[in-house]
Formats: sequence, C-alpha cells, structure tokens
Amino acid sequence: MPIDSKSMGNTVGKLDFRTAPARYRHWSISIEGPVARLIMAVDAGSPFAEGYELKQNSYDIGVDIELYDAVQRLRFEHPEVRSVVMTSGIDSMFCAGANIRMLGSSSHAHKVNFCKFTNETRNSIEDASKHSGQIYLAAMNGTAAGGGYELALATEYLMLVDDGNAAVSLPEIPLLAVLPGTGGLTRLADKRKVRRDLADVFCTVEEGVKGQRAVDWRLIDEIVPRSKFDERVAEKALELAAESDRPEGRTGIQLARLERSESENEIRYPFVTVSLDREARSATLDIQGPVDAVPAGLDEVHNQGAGFWPLAVIRAMDDALLHLRFNEPTLGTLIIKTSGDGARIAAYDRLLEQNRSDWLVREILLYMQRTYKRLDLTSRTTFAFVEPGSCFVGILAELLFAVDRSYMLNGQLDALPAANIRLSEISFGALRMSNGLTRLESRFLGDSAGLEKAQTLIGQNLDALAALHAGLVTFAPDDIDWQEEIRLLLEERASFSPDALTGMEANLRFAGPETMETKIFGRLTAWQNWIFQRPNAAGESGALKLYGTGKRARYDRGRI
Amino acid sequence: MTDVDYTSLIPNNVDLASDERLRRALEAWYPKYIDWWKNMGPVGSQNHETYLRTAVGVDSEGWAKFGYVKMPEYRWGILLAPQEEGRTIAFGQHKGEPVWQDVPGEYRSMLRKLIVIQGDTEPASVEQQRFLGQTAPSLYDMRNLFQVNVEEGRHLWAMVYLLQKYFGRDGREEAEELLKRTSGDADKPRILGAFNEATPDWLSFFMFTTFTDRDGKMQLESLATSGFDPLARTTRFMLTEEGHHMFVGRTGVERVIQRVCEVMNEHGITDPADKHAVRKYGVIDLATIQKKINFHYSVTLDLFGAEISTNAANSFNAGLKGRFRELRIDDDHQLESDTYPVAQVVDGAVQIVDIPALNAINARLCDDYILDCEKVMMRWNRVLKTHNLDYSLSLPHRGFNRAVGEFSDVHVTTGGKIVSETEWNARRHEWLASETDLDYILALMQPEASPGKYASWIAAPRAGINGKAGDFEYVKLCA
Repeated sequence: MPIDSKSMGNTVGKLDFRTAPARYRHWSISIEGPVARLIMAVDAGSPFAEGYELKQNSYDIGVDIELYDAVQRLRFEHPEVRSVVMTSGIDSMFCAGANIRMLGSSSHAHKVNFCKFTNETRNSIEDASKHSGQIYLAAMNGTAAGGGYELALATEYLMLVDDGNAAVSLPEIPLLAVLPGTGGLTRLADKRKVRRDLADVFCTVEEGVKGQRAVDWRLIDEIVPRSKFDERVAEKALELAAESDRPEGRTGIQLARLERSESENEIRYPFVTVSLDREARSATLDIQGPVDAVPAGLDEVHNQGAGFWPLAVIRAMDDALLHLRFNEPTLGTLIIKTSGDGARIAAYDRLLEQNRSDWLVREILLYMQRTYKRLDLTSRTTFAFVEPGSCFVGILAELLFAVDRSYMLNGQLDALPAANIRLSEISFGALRMSNGLTRLESRFLGDSAGLEKAQTLIGQNLDALAALHAGLVTFAPDDIDWQEEIRLLLEERASFSPDALTGMEANLRFAGPETMETKIFGRLTAWQNWIFQRPNAAGESGALKLYGTGKRARYDRGRI
Repeated sequence: MTDVDYTSLIPNNVDLASDERLRRALEAWYPKYIDWWKNMGPVGSQNHETYLRTAVGVDSEGWAKFGYVKMPEYRWGILLAPQEEGRTIAFGQHKGEPVWQDVPGEYRSMLRKLIVIQGDTEPASVEQQRFLGQTAPSLYDMRNLFQVNVEEGRHLWAMVYLLQKYFGRDGREEAEELLKRTSGDADKPRILGAFNEATPDWLSFFMFTTFTDRDGKMQLESLATSGFDPLARTTRFMLTEEGHHMFVGRTGVERVIQRVCEVMNEHGITDPADKHAVRKYGVIDLATIQKKINFHYSVTLDLFGAEISTNAANSFNAGLKGRFRELRIDDDHQLESDTYPVAQVVDGAVQIVDIPALNAINARLCDDYILDCEKVMMRWNRVLKTHNLDYSLSLPHRGFNRAVGEFSDVHVTTGGKIVSETEWNARRHEWLASETDLDYILALMQPEASPGKYASWIAAPRAGINGKAGDFEYVKLCA
C-alpha cells in the first residue's frame, strides 16, 4: 500500500523525493563567499498531507525532502561553500520539530519511515561537516524544540539567542509520551556528552533550558545577545569555514533533475531499472554497468558531472530505495542484480581510487557510502543474485556484502559465460557502514584470516567456487539447481512475518562495535518504534493521539 | 487572612511574617525591583508627590486609601482575594475536585508559563509609558498615569509572589528575568509583541489602557476561576485595580472626542474627514481617532494568541485557565464534545467554521473581548451624538491588520474584505494613521502642569478622583 489516504490518514499522492531549490516551499539557500545560509521558513499552509498545518517551523516529510536536497546540492553544486549556517526565517522560533498532528494522524509505517529518513538526513549533515569540509552551524534565533533541537544537534556548533525567552528543549516525554526520535537522546549522551542526570532533567522539562544554563549543561556551545547575534554568527561561520579543506576556485556540478520513467511494474532510471513483482512481493534492482569507456581524466569527470556513471548509478539507487521504502511497503524482498562489462567498471574504480583527494570524487564516494548505508538500513530482505552477464566488480561488488544473502550461479546460463566477481580497494576502506567498519570487516569479524585473504584477491576475477571458497558469497548453486533454488528461496522468505524478518535482519546486519549511528538506528529507533505502537502514545487516549485537543492522555501505569 | 499587614517591608495579607523562606526571597527581590522602578519606571517623577490610592484591604468596600506618595516609596504589596471555603475546580477534566492549594506536579510547567507571560506584561506597560509623565495634558491625567503605573507594578509583585512561593528555584529565576527583559529592548525584549511597541503620546496611552488593558482584564477574568487557588485569588484582586485602568483609557479617549466635537460645533465644521479644519484649533480629528482605534484594537487582538490553540485547550482542560466569567456560562464546563464557531479564511473568503470547543478557547475569549469593546464604542459614539455629529466610530473587522491567528496570512480591510497585499499597502493610510498624523499628535503633546488646566486637545473630566474638586493639585511636582 502506498502512502495514501489509508496509511497517512489523509489524501496523499506518491512521495517523490526529487526536488530543486526553485521548487522549495520551506527552505531557502543563500550563499555569500564561503558561507551558505540554509534558512527554514516553513510554509504552514503547504503540508505534505491534508489535515494539519505546519505552524511554528514544524516539519513533515515534505519539509525534510527539501532539506535533504539542499544538503546534497550544497555538497555537489557548491565546492566554494565551507560552512553552512542553519537558521530560521521566522520570528522567535528556530524549529518546533516534527509536526505532532502529522505524527498523530500517520500510520505506524509512515512514522517509522519518516523518522528513518529524517535520521539519515541529519546523519548526512554530520557527514558533510566531518568528511566533506562543509561545516554546519546552528544559529538558533529562537526556540528549538524537540526535532528542532535535534536538527541543531546534528550541527557542529550550536548558538542560541539569549533573549530571556528562547530555549532548547526535548519535550517529547512530558508532552507526547514518545522519545525524541531523531537522534536527540543519543547525541546528548554520545556527541555532546551531557551528564546523564542533567540529560534526564532536560528531557523531562517541557520548557527546556535557556541562557547560560544551556551552555553550562553542554546543551549548546554559545549564547549570544540578540543585537549581536547576526554579527557573531557570521564571525563564527567564517571561523568554521577556515577549518575546511575544500578547494579554492572550483566550479560545482549541477544535479539536474533525475530522469525517471514509471510504469505499473517498472521504474527506469539511466543505469538502474527497478522491476516490481507484486505477486511475489519483491522488487529487483538491476544496475547496469557503464556504456562509455572510463573518462580520460579528472577534467572529464567534472565535465560529465551528474552524468558520470558512478554518480548516476548512486543517485538512481538512492531515489529507488526511498521510493520503495515509502511507496511500495509490501514488496518485502529486494533483489539486486547487475549487468554489464566488469572490466569497464574496474577502470572506473581505479579512476575513483586514484583521485580520492579530488573534492568531487570525494563527494561521490561519500554519497555512495551514504546510499549503501541506506540500503543497510532498509527494512527489506536483501538478496544479490550473481548471474552470467553480471558485473559485480569494485563498487558494485560491495553490494554483495551489503545484502542479507548472495547467490552466485556456478556455470553458464543462456549461452553466456559464467559470472565472475572482482574486489577492488574500494571495499577496504572507502565505504564504511554505520558501525564504522567496512562491510568486509563486519563480514569477517571472527575470521581475520578471511579478511586478509580477501585483500589478496583484489583485482582477480573470481568464479563462483572461488568466491564461495573465499566466503564472499553465501551459496553457489549450479545451473541445474539455480532457478529452483531461487524460486524456493523467494517463496520461503515471503512466507515469514515481515516484522520478525525486519527485526532479525537489523540485528544481524550490524555486527561489531556500536557507534552513534548504530545506536540511533538500533537502540533509539527500536525503543521509539515500540513506544509508537503502545497505547500510551498511539492509543485512542494516548498522548500522541490527543495532542492538540486539550484532552489529557490516560496512561496504563504498568511498567514493562 | 483578609487583614493586611502594613508593618513589614512588604505589605501583605498572606502571612509573610511566618513564612521565613518566602520572606527572605521576596526581600532579596525587593531592592532589584526598586532599582528597576528607578531605571525603567516613569522618567523624572521620582520625587513628585502624587495623590495615589493604595490597596489596604481586599474587601469590596473600602479597599483603598488615598494620599500623597513619592512613587518609589509606594507600598507595593501582596494581596490576595479572600479564600473561599470548599471551592472546587469549575471546569476541565478535574471539574468538581477541590481546588489546588499547591502546584500539581503534572501542570507545573504549564502553570509557570501562564504566570510568566501574565507577569511579563505588567512591568512592560510601565516601561512603555515611562516618558508620558513629561507631556501630561493635566495634573489629573498625570496622576492617573502614575496610578496605572504603580498598580501595574503591584501586579508584577502579585505574579512574582506566585513564582517565588510556588515554583522553587525556577520561580526565583523567572522572577529575576521579569526585571531583566525590557520593552522594546534589542537583546531582551518583552515576550509579547504589543508590549514592545512604543507608547509615544497620550492618545496612544488612552487607547492602550482602553484596548490592551482590556485584554488584561479578559486574561485575568479567565485566570480568576483557575483551579490553582492562589492564582485565582491573586487575579481576582488584580481585577479590582484593573477596572480603574480601563476607566482612565475609556474616559481619556472620550474627552479627546468631546474636545474635537466642541471645536467642530463651535466653528461649524461638519466634515469629520476634513482634518485640517479642526487641526488648526489644536485638537485631534475624528478620522485620526478612528485610525488609532483600528491600530490598537487590532494589535491587541493578536495578544489573545491563535484563535485555535492547543495551549489554550490544554490549560482549560487542566483546569488552570477558564473562559471569560466561566461560572456564568451555561454548559458542562468540560467541552469534550462541544464545538464553537470560529471565523476562518476558507478559499479566500471569511467563513464561520465549527471547531472543537476546547481548541477554540482563545476564539471565544476574543469574541467576549469584542463584545466588551463594542460597549466602549457605544459610549464614545454617544458623545458624537450629543454634539449632533453625523459620524460614528467603529471597531475594524477582526481580521484587519493581524499578525497572529487565522487572519495572519491575509490582508483584510477594516470592513472585512480580503484584498491583495499590493492593495492593502496602497490603502493602508485609509485605515492606519500616517507618519504625518502621528507627528501631528506628538506635536500636541505639550505638558500642562497648572492645577485644573487642560491641554488644548482634551476636555476636562466630568469628576475628580476620590471626589476632589476640579483644581485639585493631584501631583506636586518636585525636581
């Protein structure tokens, strides 16, 4: 069921994540020298769905889609931007967080997907600060409540106007009986290292904390008098910009509107085709290798811009994953296939590897990393099928380690020669998971010899048995068994409870150490999604349902 | 309890003498308040001897005494209306339960916010009006201004008492903040927009006390039935004083109207739009008075907050803030399934839409306010009528010049027609005073300090304060 009248409680079309500044209703970007200002002035009258107004700079998925787009564009289109000031265009309110009425009227599935996407966007902001040399600063010219403060927490430096009124707060628990679900609790504890007892106080006072105490408690970095605010923000933004390693005097590339054609059972992008099998409840993502030979050098990469094959593939994958998450919730299995010339991909891989210090190549690899993480975090069973004619090489071979299981056909099919896979350096450092490890490190967590062995295989064509032997694929059925194996696999998988599968997959995918991101997507999200299901929040007399009516929630007082 | 202890530093009827912790807290706050008064209170007035009333009791009869006071020595006190035995909560989900004598934990934050916002407005108006003493049109008016000022100061005390007594450290901090924010300050302004606007002239002052203090009355009336008994008792007594403030405003404007009517009659001027004809006699023309009404009324409507409000719904349901004269309303006082008609802009036109009554609490309070204002207009129009002038003053449409609520996104004429931004801007001076108009009013603001004399633009009052004769020296000016 798509996000339609039933699941959001309102009349909504399919979600489209493609947008551009000229279409923004809620955000604007202004750039002056090395500093960009990302200004939130939510148009209350343009909610994504009906039935609520986006008052007080509150947001819904429509607002966050624009934010995601803006963050992406600043990275790719503006190499000159070295720091980003996130601020509000409305009076005395920085941002009030996710719109409560929207949450109250949304289906559980929408809430979960919405929170996941907003979390990913906030992580992408942190990623830009840390790895991309675009350092974010929150200029809170008014109160930042709930998700509004969490948005600020995703930046590296938090400034709050000191007018005796503006505060930062996480009022979810006293007001709504849910958690601050966009990383707020995690970032308080792990990023800002707020003392736990003070964090406990902070998370239970509806009105939050303001002024010097907010600084003392490490909730923010600086308070600034109103009359000095703009000046001080500008000064700090330049200071942060000076820390950036972005190059001087380069021109960005344009992220032209992503081409996409859709029919009932298929979505086509350049280099990616998604086929939907509604009966089997699966979607197949077929990624096509490059048509053109690898560009001769960096200049050509920059000239090709968004058309450069690796970037084109990642953009399409990103859009396809979001589309499937929000608009095709019942397609529970996601199959990944590839087709094309592996040797050509290897050449692209080398080009990327050799130019990792170039700002655009860096952006492309970071984007790839984020998109593969998005795949890791997608609550669908993921399988990769390696068949003759496929090209799981280098950056596409990485997908084999992102999926829950991989199947490689041992032998020929339809007269095509047997498939090979090939590892490249890319899989050994450039593309990390949320847990901070590469996918191969996670895969060989208890088998360091296996990891070392894999490294020796870089650049070699591996047939099915070699890949199986190296632990790089799950199974390698031969051509006689292949079709039946696959059929049984898909039918069996489709018969299990989607909830249980989601839980199992999420637990198995992220072995190894905890990071802030794994805590957000594991601990925080799991608790939140449980609370979202509980009557105390979502029941007819739960706080989330009753918010805004003036009626007080009635809680089941039992502790669980 | 009703006896007021005037022997201590802080007069009170709350037995401060036996509450050591609170007394110490308030005594620590006292010098800061006096500093604030001296720095931000009426300019150049600290040594004037002003004929002021001071509350000496809380009974409906004889609660005040009159006498000359230097304002910094005014006895600001803490006075609560008498406690009613067995009072129960009158509305919301706790209806019928005994009223709270202490802050219920679950409503601490909501209650504190209500008190802080109310408290913030009290000193704000004193700050806004601080220069007016220098241009008073008479000693009578100067005295009224100062009376209003000291009582707003006392209302601040009332709110500070609640914060200090019931909200622990947070309350003490908020009490300090009330003195740190300043009307119109670039760094720490007052919380509500209208309280950061300047009050540059006396017509503005009279309009402010007519319209904006009337909002204060509506808010106090809504709090007077609060389930938190100390708040209810405090606001009930504040209402006693607030009445005089609105009297000052209403009769002030009335006297300005009377004066222009007299001039028009005297000189045979009949066209109220011909401002030049009357201005040469040093009075304020009716069209400009209408424009000032339009401004102050519309800015004050914004103070009610959004017509449809979650906060208002919450505080009603919690039993903290009721409606205007809640006890006189004939319904179940819980409103769980009631609706209330609210004017909204739907598809570019004003329509009445039924909204869940809990969410429409502010809308209803606005409606009650508008009715109250209409009574004022009738009194003002009576003056025009007695002078046989074919003109009447009126309230603009509720959607006119709004920055908050249902009409904040559209431009509405005083007549209630929705127009484009371009048209509104082009025509704005048909409805709101222009710089020239305001400059004219400012130019009229020359002080008149002889007992019994009045500036050219305002008529003498019908009666003196506390029965005093026309030439009574209400303020003895001392440098």
